[in-house]
Amino acid sequence: MEKTTQAMIEVQELHKSFGEHEVLSGITETIQKGEKVVVIGPSGSGKSTFLRCLNLLETPTSGRIFVNGVEITRKGCKVDLLRQKMGMVFQHFNLFPHKTILENITLAPVQLKLMSRKDAVDKAMSLLTRIGLADRAASYPSMLSGGQKQRVAIVRALAMNPEVMLFDEPTSALDPEMVGEVLSLMKDLADAGMTMIVVTHEMGFAREVANRVLFMDGGKILEQNTPKEFFANPQHPRLHDFLAKVL
Amino acid sequence: MSLYSQLMTDYKHAVEMTFVADARYKMFLSGLGVTLEITVGALLLGVLIGTTVAILRVYHHQTGRMKFLNFLMNCYLTIFRGTPVVVQLMIWYFVVFMSLNNPILVAIVAFGVNSGAYVAEIARAGIMAVDIGQTEAGRSLGLSAWQTMRFIVLPQAFKNVLPALSNELISLLKETSVVGYIAVVDLTKAADLVRARTFQAFMPLLFVAVTYLLMVLILTQFQRLLEARLRESDRRLAK
Repeated sequence: MEKTTQAMIEVQELHKSFGEHEVLSGITETIQKGEKVVVIGPSGSGKSTFLRCLNLLETPTSGRIFVNGVEITRKGCKVDLLRQKMGMVFQHFNLFPHKTILENITLAPVQLKLMSRKDAVDKAMSLLTRIGLADRAASYPSMLSGGQKQRVAIVRALAMNPEVMLFDEPTSALDPEMVGEVLSLMKDLADAGMTMIVVTHEMGFAREVANRVLFMDGGKILEQNTPKEFFANPQHPRLHDFLAKVL
Repeated sequence: MSLYSQLMTDYKHAVEMTFVADARYKMFLSGLGVTLEITVGALLLGVLIGTTVAILRVYHHQTGRMKFLNFLMNCYLTIFRGTPVVVQLMIWYFVVFMSLNNPILVAIVAFGVNSGAYVAEIARAGIMAVDIGQTEAGRSLGLSAWQTMRFIVLPQAFKNVLPALSNELISLLKETSVVGYIAVVDLTKAADLVRARTFQAFMPLLFVAVTYLLMVLILTQFQRLLEARLRESDRRLAK
């Protein structure tokens, strides 16, 4: 299929069921390069599952997903290559506890032979300097605070030079006082032009950073709009309800 | 006083007969060597088989693939954990490898395959105890399933199961004492041969018991050191 302007990510009629339980009931969505899309919705609405389908951490039950015009849901797609270009940040950080901060960041680029060890270390150190944690390079994750861990996790994904970053509730497991440092790093990333898809409960971040906000409930995208319109003029009654509760 | 000197004389006689006469200490030494050779060989084989089986079984558990292979592995675990190791040893020696005239090699295979069944379950527990988020993080960076297993999951699993694995090694070391059944002269068989020749039972048996005990103590100490080293990353304070 020829397209004139190629979308970064294109999702067609995505369905996902766990056993009898359908979590995603037909999602169709296009995300352009450089867009910052924030996905909000109540727990169990399918937003995390949607995000995890995009890099195939979950295998869709049906539907098609294209990344840079290549269908990743077809059989025989090189999933590992795809994932090298899609960074992911998890709610619980998932740093490797037996590796130092530096090793956490350099492991994948070195093992995948994308960089020499020296280049990977240089790159990791410059990223760590950027987030003010260069002096913790030799520490283990257990010695860092939650906010520091999540910032290292973001940097670990960035070390792969991804084209898009997926964030799965990156601040939900943090103490309130540490949320700010993580959001500000994410904002820096957004300002630098990174394509981002963020599942979050941080309405302030959605308002400030997003190009588009999607509202999901019951496995469907019920509404989407620019952040200004989204928060000021919610159309769907379910979104009214949701915003009334969280704002 | 005469009772004491009588005891001392008996003791000296026993030591003389057991270790010195006909240079019998050499039998103990070579027996000890055989015991270590079989234990180390079986350990390596057991860990290799056990880890492979554990990884494949976890893979089956996670993806539902390889049903038939999983069935075969279940049979392996059931059979080798369900029958006495000395019976397995004799089957390997007198039936499977009846034309192979290398009883030590047969012993390594027998104990290794047996130990592998236990290691498989230990390793599987260790792998499954590692948070699934670790695998997801590895895969999300583009590492393959095997790279993620090798660099991220297995090192953490190994740390989890080190005490259980060390238990298995201790059992293995002691279990090898039945190799006398296939005419291998290990430490225990050496003591038995000396007993039969000298009619001194207490001294050779006491000696091998103490030797096994010392080896186990050394292994336990080694395990402690290794564990402390692996726990380095758990320490909360920076160096």
